[in-house]
Amino acid sequence: MFDALSERLERVAGRLRSRGRISPADLEEALAEIRTALLEADVELGVARHFIEGVRARLSGQALSASLTPGQQVVKAVHAQLVEALGGQALRLTYASRPPTVVLLAGLQGAGKTTAAAKLARWWRGQGRNPLLVGADLQRPAAVEQLRVLGASAQVRVFSQPGDPVSTAVAGVEEARRLGRDVCIIDTAGRLSVDQELMDEVRRISERTEPHYTFLVVDAMTGQDAAATARAFHDALALDGVVLSKLDSDARGGAALSVKEVVGRPIVFASTGERLEDLDLFHPDRMADRILGMGDVLSLIEQAERTMDQEVVARSAERMLAGRFGLDDFLDQLHQVRKMGSLGGVLRMLPGMNRELRQAADQIDDRQVARVEAIVRSMTPAERADPSIIDGSRRVRIARGSGSSTQEVNQLLKQFKEMQKLMRTVGRGGVPGGRMGRLAAARDLAAAGGLSDALAGLAPPRPPAADLASGRPAARGRKGARKKGGRVTPPKGR
Amino acid sequence: MVLRRRRRTQQGEPAPEPATGSAPTSTPPEPTPPAPPALRERLGRTRGLFAPLRALGARGEVAAAYDAAEEALLRADVGVETTQSLISSLRQSRPVGPGGVLAALADRLAEVFAENPDRSLRVERAPGVVSVWLFVGVNGVGKTTTVGKVALARREQGDSVLLAAADTFRAAAGDQLAQWSERAGVALHRGAPGSDPSSVVFDAIQRAGARGNDLVLVDTAGRLHTKVNLIEELRKIRRVADRPPGRVTEVLLVLDATTGQNALAQARQFTEAVGVTGVVLAKLDGTAKGGVVIPIERQLGLPVKLVGVGEGLADLVPFDPAAFVDALVGA
Repeated sequence: MFDALSERLERVAGRLRSRGRISPADLEEALAEIRTALLEADVELGVARHFIEGVRARLSGQALSASLTPGQQVVKAVHAQLVEALGGQALRLTYASRPPTVVLLAGLQGAGKTTAAAKLARWWRGQGRNPLLVGADLQRPAAVEQLRVLGASAQVRVFSQPGDPVSTAVAGVEEARRLGRDVCIIDTAGRLSVDQELMDEVRRISERTEPHYTFLVVDAMTGQDAAATARAFHDALALDGVVLSKLDSDARGGAALSVKEVVGRPIVFASTGERLEDLDLFHPDRMADRILGMGDVLSLIEQAERTMDQEVVARSAERMLAGRFGLDDFLDQLHQVRKMGSLGGVLRMLPGMNRELRQAADQIDDRQVARVEAIVRSMTPAERADPSIIDGSRRVRIARGSGSSTQEVNQLLKQFKEMQKLMRTVGRGGVPGGRMGRLAAARDLAAAGGLSDALAGLAPPRPPAADLASGRPAARGRKGARKKGGRVTPPKGR
Repeated sequence: MVLRRRRRTQQGEPAPEPATGSAPTSTPPEPTPPAPPALRERLGRTRGLFAPLRALGARGEVAAAYDAAEEALLRADVGVETTQSLISSLRQSRPVGPGGVLAALADRLAEVFAENPDRSLRVERAPGVVSVWLFVGVNGVGKTTTVGKVALARREQGDSVLLAAADTFRAAAGDQLAQWSERAGVALHRGAPGSDPSSVVFDAIQRAGARGNDLVLVDTAGRLHTKVNLIEELRKIRRVADRPPGRVTEVLLVLDATTGQNALAQARQFTEAVGVTGVVLAKLDGTAKGGVVIPIERQLGLPVKLVGVGEGLADLVPFDPAAFVDALVGA
């Protein structure tokens, strides 16, 4: 996401970085290039112009700072403008004093409303809330059925009734109150385009249910039309924010900028994958960092803190430091990292992920985790504790038991050995300072890197680009961990 | 910043949708039927884009006309590269006045579409062969709906159609297609949720062979073109669909008309993976201009074959380049 934009900005900055000072012509050229980058990223034309003017104002309004090179100043101005354009600070969600907090979702057909509804329900459940989903899309064939299936896998109850969408929504809120649910999420019907019928229906739902939050669901791949659509919905419903869907594509996500600018409301949530867990609060400042290639370690750490079982993490960290890290711990870690979301999504948040690495991260197959698990589970407890006892005949047995080949078993063992070696190094170096949660998270990061190695080793042959997927993000992960550790010696034999 | 709001007044009542004769042609290709009034009518909404250019009048500045044309193309999602190349080729033709710029632009666009003249949809009429059309695309573009509409159109043309619900991933996708199959009055083959889509396709084609169906329409799960594993799955579906009696005669990429430049990436990746033969531009009845099909036609040589212009069963019509260009730049 935003990859092309960040690449172009990198290029512009790179060219300016070497200059001692920027001539007006240099500046105009850089601004023109940024404009092209924005347009290629599907930022609406007017919004792109406004953005450029903002950058220009930032650069001309202030005296040139002595501590920054001209190139850095341009990057800084673009970064500041991006943060502002994406919505400044994240929206702080509050809850109604008299529950339920009613959340209304609106949007065009295919924007991803139903999926977003289920993901939001899942997200609120993770926040310790008790949501109810209300299916008021009675128009699209099987939309309610889809919501029911998704609700079941999110373990959130779904309410719907045949007939009129408005009364269904009202009854849904009533049902939430009766059941004592504190969040009530209403999924509404989409239309092909903004039309009177759609607006009337959703407006009536809004009037009758008086939602605390009205979110517009916008497909991250939308083009120039995003601005007009958002404005029409905003005029009708007074939006509180935006949920950006399908941000895990290679879409450049310019719609995010357009919508924010046009309706003046922040992007609240962004969906980054197909799984129900793949939705999170949107942090404009962090996204700006990510666009500019600075990574999003903060989000990663938060995600780790939220999803990882601290006890499991502490136990395996202890064993790791003591050099007694076995395959059972490996499996635990695998599950912990998996809980954070898709491996690709996790890796994408690491700093220094350039284009190839980002693409490679997309290609990590989460199903490989199941294969790794099958192999480990086919080992005896003794083998798991000490893989060095696994000889040829044991390998054959494990391969047969897990439905894999001995080569795959070998690969896993080899990768595991490397990982053990790495962990011993980290353990010796120690990780000074920091809060315990973050500390554990940082260690898990290192593990995540090692994991992707192991996983990619198991993956079927892929084009060369895919090899990067495995090796280099892992290296990045280790690098990150080493930086934190400060005094760690590099692993031997690598 | 001022954003122009395009609020179009409806010019007359929308014409009733033609129910027949709107469907795609088959081998041997028949001449494309003239575009039904509905297409022009619906596309008419995009005309506002070129209004500033037209407002320059006959004696306006040519330079201003280029700027206005550039802006309109960008706003239509044509993309920076294609827009710039169109504008520079316009300059070379040295048009006279803003009107000349507009006319020259229409000519250039018509030339782009003329590069891909064959927009027919193929059905193999050999005994013992079941033609297979695969519908592919990213999530939420309208594949299932498109399959339902095509099923109706083909049945009305006399084809014996079987639907294959190979989207076993999205919750209730099969149910949605089942409702379409009832509305269109064609048979449906579906597998268990979560089952291997290739096996659903295989079974559907076997069944079609046994029942004597001519055509199997395969609704595949939406997948982002960046997900290698899902694209691999699609390749496998295609391989399986080509096994006798099946023969893949069309692979149709469904695009959402509101999609921006990412549509180009989608077209490129899906073509590389499964050999897309044509594009279905869905959801064109919005304010969306669908201008991204211009770089798709021009750079990838992929013809747009069908256009979805409404929500009704009969609102899927053959793509008519002249009507599209006419509606885009207006006249």
